Amino acid sequence: MTLHDCRDAFAHTLCALAEQDERIVAVVNDSVGSSKLGGFQKSFPERLINVGIAEQAMVGVAAGLAAGGRIPFVSAASCFLTARAMEQIKVDIAYSQHHVVLCGQSPGVAYGELGPTHHSPEDLAWLRAIPGMTVLVPADAAETAAAVRWAAAHDGPVFLRVSRMGVPEIFPSDLDFQPGVATTLREGGDVTIVCMGTTVAASLDAAQALAAEGIEATVLSMGSLAPLDRQAIVAAARHTGGLVTVEEAHVSGLGGAVAEVVVEECPVPVRRLGLRDFARTGSTSWLMQQAGLEPVAIASAAREVAGLRT
Amino acid sequence: MPAASADELAAAARRVRLRDLDIVSNAGMGHIGGEFSVTDILVTLYLAVVDQGDGSERDHVVLSKGHAAVALYATLAEAGLLPEGDLDSFAQPDSALNGHPARTKLDAVEASTGPLGHGLPIGVGMAIAAALDNSPRRTFVIVGDGELQEGSNWEAMMIAAHRGLDRLVLIVDRNGLQQGAPVAETSDLEPLADKLRAFGWAVREVDGHDHGALQEALQSIPWEPGRPSAVIARTHKGHPVSFMSDVAAWHHRVPTADEAALARAEVEAS
Repeated sequence: MTLHDCRDAFAHTLCALAEQDERIVAVVNDSVGSSKLGGFQKSFPERLINVGIAEQAMVGVAAGLAAGGRIPFVSAASCFLTARAMEQIKVDIAYSQHHVVLCGQSPGVAYGELGPTHHSPEDLAWLRAIPGMTVLVPADAAETAAAVRWAAAHDGPVFLRVSRMGVPEIFPSDLDFQPGVATTLREGGDVTIVCMGTTVAASLDAAQALAAEGIEATVLSMGSLAPLDRQAIVAAARHTGGLVTVEEAHVSGLGGAVAEVVVEECPVPVRRLGLRDFARTGSTSWLMQQAGLEPVAIASAAREVAGLRT
Repeated sequence: MPAASADELAAAARRVRLRDLDIVSNAGMGHIGGEFSVTDILVTLYLAVVDQGDGSERDHVVLSKGHAAVALYATLAEAGLLPEGDLDSFAQPDSALNGHPARTKLDAVEASTGPLGHGLPIGVGMAIAAALDNSPRRTFVIVGDGELQEGSNWEAMMIAAHRGLDRLVLIVDRNGLQQGAPVAETSDLEPLADKLRAFGWAVREVDGHDHGALQEALQSIPWEPGRPSAVIARTHKGHPVSFMSDVAAWHHRVPTADEAALARAEVEAS
């Protein structure tokens, strides 16, 4: 199975859009290489604004560029972009309702052995608490490209997670991306697995393994955490009687959001798989495994939930 | 914009301070000390310097010290950019005149400010956008001096100098006082002019209550081609009211009725 680095789709799509729309600029914090924006820099040297290692100013500068008629894509490691510049994200971008796309590169535990200073499990929980912020977590190259195109056309603040972790193809290349609309990748009546981003492929593998033992799982892929497809979550909860959430983030991200809907609308058992503690030292794949973000652990949680149904 | 006479600007500044006094007294809130220190800067900018023409050539103004919102609102009304009658709504339920200025609530406000250290990075972005457009539009950012303790300002100064943004102007309302104490006794800024020069900016120090001096400095940028300009405007918190001037407590104290009457008389006589 071929695995793809979603940064390639991100950079390629951004270049194509910039070719057609000269308002598009990229704003980076010495992160040209890590964002794979070398091609953008070569094609549009004036429109690649590298502010240096200065995240607070980077986000403020993006707000000013938006006020000046540009469409900035801020591209920086998610750990620094979100944690260092959160007040600028809240005030300069979201409260100010600027059309700025904040691209959180290599989020979650993508930086593996570099450790918790470089991980960003918190970003989803933080960003989803900010009013008006669209939070997108694409699962593969096609969804990343479609999300970038949607964000370029959406007149408002967007946070877009872009992973470097290799992921297989899940969506068709002509995907018409709509935030707030979940995609049902598999239908079953026994349990629902709600996933996003880098955990979608493992969730599908888990559903396949469960089917072999007679447990049929629905797999819901959430391309956007905010807005959240509440209707799809409620329908799945009613249909299957229990849910498992799976995310490469702190469980207060997708897990928290789904649990809130379930508690408010139709209480059923929920298990949340994701990150809870500062990560130990290890590779990305090992950390994903430790967090239960692989097929065996997902299937195990789904089996447990299926058994809890009343 | 045609140069306004010093007398016209002085009269406008008196009206703005009197409005400010009324608004703060009625609302029971505001930051009158810092509003009075920055009033002459705002009045000079809006009435004698900034090109308010619509379209892409309009100059930008960012009041980074957003807690001086009432001075901004009263100045906008003086400049005809906000209906005079709207001023009474300050801080009332669902008013467009929030305690700190919000660009989404009021068209004439270009940046939502309040948390300190946000305005200069935004201004740098505006100036980069103008440079990309090959536009002559200028960007003016007003900060408080205590605000310069925020590191984001110095990030922005480096970016502005590195990119040679010589249509960008930083105005420091150098009243010497922050919320609870003198800046010099909290985390001193001096030698401020030397620091700004070392960061690649052209620097001038002026009397921040002298409309003519402010006008001359602001109208003549860039003072050094290829460098952004910084005006250190020496001001007094609470100016020109004798019992408010240079007193830290007036950062956000609301005058009693007697104090307001005294202050009114002193502003009218100024």
